[in-house]
Amino acid sequence: MTATPKYNFAYLDEQTKRMIRRALLKAVAIPGYQVPFASREMPMPYGWGTGGVQVTASVIGKDDVLKVIDQGADDTTNAVSIRKFFEKTAGVETTTETGKASIIQTRHRIPETELTEGQILVYQVPIPEPLRFLEPREVETRRMHALEDYGLMHVKLYEDISRHGHIATTYAYPVKVDDRYVMDPSPTPKFDNPKMNNSPALQLFGAGREKRIYALPPYTKVISLDFEDHPFEATKFSHPCELCGARDSYLDEVITDDKGGRMFVCSDTDYCEKRLAAGHLGNSGATEAAE
Amino acid sequence: MTNEQDRIRLEDVAKKFKMHLRGGAVLPVVENVTFRVPAGKCVVLGGPSGIGKSSILKMIYGNYRTGQGRILVRDDHGWSDVATASPRRVLELRSTTIGYVSQFLRTIPRVSALDIVATAAQGIGDSEKAAKDTARRLLTKLNVPERLWDLAPATFSGGEQQRINIASGFAALRPIMLLDEPTASLDQTNCEVVIDLIEESKQRGAAILGIFHDEDVRARVADEVIDVTRFQPKVPAHA
Amino acid sequence: MSALNEQPLLSAQLISKNYGERVGCQEISFDIHEGEVIAIVGESGSGKSTLLSVLSTQLMPSAGAVHYSMRDGERRDLFSLSEAERRFLLRTDWGFVHQDARLGLRMGVSAGGNVGERLMAVGWRNYGAIRKEAGDWLDRVEIAGDRIDDMPTAFSGGMRQRLQIAKNMVTRPRLIFMDEPTGGLDVSVQARLLDLIRSFVTTYGLAAIVVTHDLAVARLLSHRTIVMRHGRVIETGLTDQVLDDPQEAYTQLLVSSIIQA
Repeated sequence: MTATPKYNFAYLDEQTKRMIRRALLKAVAIPGYQVPFASREMPMPYGWGTGGVQVTASVIGKDDVLKVIDQGADDTTNAVSIRKFFEKTAGVETTTETGKASIIQTRHRIPETELTEGQILVYQVPIPEPLRFLEPREVETRRMHALEDYGLMHVKLYEDISRHGHIATTYAYPVKVDDRYVMDPSPTPKFDNPKMNNSPALQLFGAGREKRIYALPPYTKVISLDFEDHPFEATKFSHPCELCGARDSYLDEVITDDKGGRMFVCSDTDYCEKRLAAGHLGNSGATEAAE
Repeated sequence: MTNEQDRIRLEDVAKKFKMHLRGGAVLPVVENVTFRVPAGKCVVLGGPSGIGKSSILKMIYGNYRTGQGRILVRDDHGWSDVATASPRRVLELRSTTIGYVSQFLRTIPRVSALDIVATAAQGIGDSEKAAKDTARRLLTKLNVPERLWDLAPATFSGGEQQRINIASGFAALRPIMLLDEPTASLDQTNCEVVIDLIEESKQRGAAILGIFHDEDVRARVADEVIDVTRFQPKVPAHA
Repeated sequence: MSALNEQPLLSAQLISKNYGERVGCQEISFDIHEGEVIAIVGESGSGKSTLLSVLSTQLMPSAGAVHYSMRDGERRDLFSLSEAERRFLLRTDWGFVHQDARLGLRMGVSAGGNVGERLMAVGWRNYGAIRKEAGDWLDRVEIAGDRIDDMPTAFSGGMRQRLQIAKNMVTRPRLIFMDEPTGGLDVSVQARLLDLIRSFVTTYGLAAIVVTHDLAVARLLSHRTIVMRHGRVIETGLTDQVLDDPQEAYTQLLVSSIIQA
């Protein structure tokens, strides 16, 4: 019989957790500011959420209830793996219900269900620097943040409008935090940006490969960048979810057959299931439910 | 009487060129230059070619450095010594007080003849339109064909370029006019025009100092002729 | 010209810059006033570009000071300004035209975006207004309006330089630094560019410090000329006087070296 390896609670050693918590404290003290941290080797490759996992591992306690989602769904590979990882190394209770979780780790979506005080949302971030595509030099972007020199950010939006007639950025839409730092909200769709503003929850962002942590304390002002004459508009869908009929949630396109058949359903699986359980019905299925 | 007041006074002015590229050879040009030019009069510098007449004009204009002595010019505020004035002061004097018609027109690419003269005509506060009108009037007076007005003078004939030069020089009504061979490339008709312009300037009280190789023109405009051979250096040029 | 006793716009006092043993420039002093253009003329190694970098605060001097009259009238020691203040100055009250346009432009951003950047940096938030202002300036530098969305990579050398000028002018700077602005351009293109700069100087009352090795550029653009050699000032004065009646041996050599076409 092989001995199962013993892991420290939540995999990371305590000193590492302290280091990350120090970074988190700094991040919370300066909303939107990217704090460098000594990202550790994790048992998953870069690009698979190592930053988010390290943040979660540093804040999770044995009484926490963890939910993990990937593009809104609890049952995709990434979400399942990370959930299992914490089940194994921390032994914490896990759930798919947003309302029941105390920590939610997410890749690229914010849950539709409104979050409450006491909840922590941990985002997985690939590229933390919002100015990176226009200014490749790290020295220069750091200076821009330090001097609040953000003209270049609007140049990007200007270019979008001149090329496409509207601001074409649909995800990772840059925001200004607490009237000071410009931040990349991670590749969440711009549809989700308004949810970040004044949220009762604590929002933490971890980029493992880039070794940066940033944060939004609860009730922080988060405004999406725009022009006066091209104001920020959240995406609107022209049809409701075909499963549950929701008109206010972010929809995924699902290919149903190989003849081009498709349907649009809520990306947030928990939200959709809750609505179905409450009796809401969409087009697929027999009848339109009475609202 | 204001008309009799001097506008230019040279006192003991001397100049020499030091030619470093010829082993430091010194070429004296003029010395002990003392004379005055009253308002409303035309004083002519006479003498053979190479005697230093142009150099004197250029020193007064600040284009040449003065070696010794004082070159006093009077503007609305009083006397200034061009020989020791700061570069900014010289530029100020040029724009308010001293006009200059050089022998050669230095052409700037792409600027039309009309614009050259209009720019010269435009004093502080003048409208662009007024300046252009003055420019047209002068160009017409000097018989510059209208078809040339919108062209840059680089391709004009010598005589045409000279007339643009003259128009620019007379466009702004400055109290001091320095004229270096203004009629050199001109025919009889246009010589008359220049003589007219000089008369007009005298009438409004300008002090004119000029070099005219043409004896007839000189006779017509000069109130006084100064023989520049008087100012020849005692020590001749040495190698 | 306005009153002569007005304060200079920028005042350099005994500026020296050394690179270890090597002298960049030594004890350079001069003033420049609003609306004045000064040419700094010299051959390679004269220290003229070093001087320009120090004056525009891109390099720290080894000795000496540079004072500047800010827009509010206050006279400040430039090297006592915070980095934020210096960057702000460089982006609003100053301009810098590089010899290589690629250093002064963002090659991955459209012409309109390049010109609009300074406006966006000082808080302009109306896309329509930004675009219109950018379009106006492209017009003034004689770049066709339909090129506003083109990348500078598609522009000729002369167009890139004119775009650089537009990009700098949009915040109505009072002082522009130029480093060999016509370097590498065809003669006819140079003429057009110089004409543009000349007209901007008169129309907008610009002051400019132009570093050039080309005496014709100095004659065309500047009121005063400073001749440099081996880091030192050899001669200085009215441009036409320095070029027509050069006093120093080196200046005479420079002037006589021009090949007449």
